[in-house]
Amino acid sequence: MTCSRRDFLKEAVSTTAASVLPLGAFVFLSTEEAKAAVADSEARYAFLIDTNKCVGCGMCVKACKNENEVPYDAPVTRMWVERYIFTKDGKLHIDSPMGGRDGFTDNEVYGEDIDPDDIAKAFFVPKGCNHCDNPPCVQVCPVGATYQTKEGVVLVDRDWCMGCAYCIMACPFGARYFHPVEKVADKCTFCYHRISKGLQPACVQSCAFGARRIANLKDPDDPATKIITTERVAVLKDLYGTKPHAFYLGLDHDVR
Amino acid sequence: MKWHVLHPLWVTIAVIGLIIFGGRLLVPDDFGVHGRNFTYGYHRLGSIQDWKDFSVKYQGRDACVQCHEENVQLNNVSVHSAIQCENCHGPAVNHPGGVQSLTVDTSRELCLRCHAQLGYPNSNRGAMPGIEDRRHRRRRECSTCHDPHSPKERSE
Repeated sequence: MTCSRRDFLKEAVSTTAASVLPLGAFVFLSTEEAKAAVADSEARYAFLIDTNKCVGCGMCVKACKNENEVPYDAPVTRMWVERYIFTKDGKLHIDSPMGGRDGFTDNEVYGEDIDPDDIAKAFFVPKGCNHCDNPPCVQVCPVGATYQTKEGVVLVDRDWCMGCAYCIMACPFGARYFHPVEKVADKCTFCYHRISKGLQPACVQSCAFGARRIANLKDPDDPATKIITTERVAVLKDLYGTKPHAFYLGLDHDVR
Repeated sequence: MKWHVLHPLWVTIAVIGLIIFGGRLLVPDDFGVHGRNFTYGYHRLGSIQDWKDFSVKYQGRDACVQCHEENVQLNNVSVHSAIQCENCHGPAVNHPGGVQSLTVDTSRELCLRCHAQLGYPNSNRGAMPGIEDRRHRRRRECSTCHDPHSPKERSE
């Protein structure tokens, strides 16, 4: 193959142009913009959940659904309460009918009536979004519709979400669901509209037993933060490396 | 270079250019890195305000006491003082504006959420005063005999 100098230059220029043009898709930030973008906030919110105190009344689930306009009779919840019953024959029974919305008023688990005398131990564990420090649900969003705020709250942009449900599959905690009315991915917002006004999240406020609490980890005088930093707390599924920010007291090793 | 080689190249460049140009046109201006890094903080800034503007439904005890002082004070000294008014009375939303009166849930099921005896000795549920639903005053509303604001048995 022969190649004249003219052809060589033409090809070189067009190839360079073709390979450089797509770089226009990248957004370059100036130093100031980058610094402003990663500016620190005065808050980092976390949940403190005491499973010793929870009685399984489900008022938190009811309050959450009402507060956040989650369809009440649809089998979807932003947060839910699980019941763990260990019977003396070594079996473990776990249920959460309607996410525990109507509380637990009998010992029937999936149609099986459990005799109270057979119970070795039983307790309730409220669960929901852990507002992870490394949220996998945010990483997988192909359109940038879900993100972490400076306070560590993971939110969904309802105007931008296209409902592909990648994030619902990515969450190891099952904390996300597809909103049947809004047709977008939905999840716990830490009641962002409430905490930004100085109120407590609906689930925290409705809990009569103090089983659910909110902590600002950047405020060392916060009573819930003191418990997290000075007492023995556990998180769910820490092996996933998502750094969950819902801290539990009294967790059992069979709670996943 | 030959036409059949260059033609697809120009088409590809045109498509990429169109995507970039269209993206600039359609993506809102406030889209950018607003969090701690690109991976977790790339989003539309207006979305934060959208969530802040979401309406508050549960106003809390402090809002109730402004008008219903008598009931709140009766409740304050009872064992039910930790329970939010709205847990039974329903979310206030913008009451008394809008809804004149809230619907009170006086159902047996509401009380049973805490007071159905399940027999869980190592949970706080076991420490709750409870009844056996099948044995205790079946089909009666609890509030017939107990005052939910201050739940000792009502005197006749």
